[in-house]
Amino acid sequence: MTNVDATPAELDGAQSSKWSRFFRRVVRSRNVVAGATILVVVTLLVALAPHISPYSPTEQFRRNRLQPADAEFLLGTDNLGRDIWSRILYGGQVSLQVGIISVAIGATLGALLGLLAGYLGGHADTIIMRFIDVMMAFPGILLSLVIVAVLGRNLHNVMVAVGLSSVPVYTRVVRGSTLSVKQFDFIVAAQALGGSSWRIMMRHILPNVAAPLTVVATNGVASAIITGAALSFLGLGQQPPDPEWGLMLNEGREFIRVAAWVTTFPGMAIMVTVLSINLLGDGLRDILDPRLKL
Amino acid sequence: MSKYLANRLLQTIPTVFLITVVVFLMLHLSPGDPVLVFIGDKQSTPEQREKVREDMGLNRPLHVQYLTYMGNALRGDLGRSLQTNVPVMAQIVNRLPWTIELSFAALFIASVIGISVGIIAALYHNTIIDTLAMAFALVGISMPVYWSSLLLILFFAVRLRVLPAIGQGGVERLILPATALALVSAGSLARMVRSSMLEVLNQDFVLTARSKGITERIVVIRHVLRNALIPVVTILGLILGYTLSGAVITETIFARLGIGQKYVEAVVQKDFTVVQGMTLFIAMMYVLVNIAVDVIYAFIDPRIRYD
Repeated sequence: MTNVDATPAELDGAQSSKWSRFFRRVVRSRNVVAGATILVVVTLLVALAPHISPYSPTEQFRRNRLQPADAEFLLGTDNLGRDIWSRILYGGQVSLQVGIISVAIGATLGALLGLLAGYLGGHADTIIMRFIDVMMAFPGILLSLVIVAVLGRNLHNVMVAVGLSSVPVYTRVVRGSTLSVKQFDFIVAAQALGGSSWRIMMRHILPNVAAPLTVVATNGVASAIITGAALSFLGLGQQPPDPEWGLMLNEGREFIRVAAWVTTFPGMAIMVTVLSINLLGDGLRDILDPRLKL
Repeated sequence: MSKYLANRLLQTIPTVFLITVVVFLMLHLSPGDPVLVFIGDKQSTPEQREKVREDMGLNRPLHVQYLTYMGNALRGDLGRSLQTNVPVMAQIVNRLPWTIELSFAALFIASVIGISVGIIAALYHNTIIDTLAMAFALVGISMPVYWSSLLLILFFAVRLRVLPAIGQGGVERLILPATALALVSAGSLARMVRSSMLEVLNQDFVLTARSKGITERIVVIRHVLRNALIPVVTILGLILGYTLSGAVITETIFARLGIGQKYVEAVVQKDFTVVQGMTLFIAMMYVLVNIAVDVIYAFIDPRIRYD
């Protein structure tokens, strides 16, 4: 916790040793290292898709439909003769984007509401938490579905929908942490010095609720990828012929009896990505906030 | 107890009111015009469209429309489908049993797997068994429902041919979708049961029980399990909510004619009245489930008194 009496130089020193301690623990955590490594590989592959994918994701090789994996088509082809490996690389761009952008939306909005509710208390708290209650009355994927139904179905709306529907998670975590941080002396001191509510929330409280927020947001990326792909799977997100992992699963579903690889490879792509993010999140939780239970 | 129950119900009223307002506004917030959906591909003049709008009551003030909608909803009338003109409530009633069957079967499977894996992991804490159990839980949590559904179909219906891949009715058609739906919840339940067990295992009364010389088996069953499973009740509601909404995906994949399958269909077809009615219905059901869970929790945990 920040020491109010410390000079800036002392604070810097404390800060850097805190960071180096954090870094040592990160390197020693098997979960974090394993998760981060897989995730970096996946991200690189996906980001370099235009350079490393052998074919265009939408190019149809009519003579090679539903062909199993071989040297020409690394993971085989789908019912239209499209190269599955290329489609997975390009499709990953969409899935990862959905994961990151929707968490950015949800975490920003949710953290802001949580800070306001926790710090201001009173009516602000009551009103904000009532709305959170309302959002939480739509369980699981239902809330994203409702939002996509209202906004119309396309990829942008999927990101907005998945982001908005994750707001309650962040609001609750940040509100809870804010309530406990608010009690500390340095906040009282900042208030006594005449700091505005906004400044206190941003400069003093936010850094102190960052740890639980980071943990929840990391796991949040995993569940956003799952939900985003689910919406595309249901035909509400990415539209054919462009690739996306959930959409590819749905397209391959019809041929599962004759050509299982059309579904299994995109499914494995989702699972490996989500698993690595969850590993990373679990490792970070053990380091940053051992008490936090999800 | 009754005072607590009354308080809990009172607290729910503003939430329920807001839910109804939000769900009601859905129809008006969406960019599509319900009149056009109703008319479909048929040619229509502006006058005809105006006539339909009037018949549907869409030109009246919003608050009047809200009160009419809610008045009808309370009498069990959620309007008619824009596409098929079938009453929404009739569709819900027809399809609800399939969804309930699936959700509760999934809840049951998730509880059995999740709780036993969690208990075993805790009893063999820091051994290879614990590690394997937690690896299982992590994989479970990271498995999207659509992916586990397709894997189960691939393995049990296509390769082994022991269970049917699609349809409804009978236990054999319930096993695969319910298991697929249960895996994620089983994973998170296993984690929760494990940490809850570990917490209780370290408490003084467990030490006392052990020092009395009774067998470890009895200590675990009589003292540890009872206390460790109490907090688990709180997430059963969450899990039921998850299995209810996850039915949207499993019912679509396994071609079960439940509420979830209809819901997706209605979203795709922009059948707003069906989406609206079903959303309201599911949200209300979920609110009730959560009240029930809180009441059960207050019942079984003597330490908790809310009044």
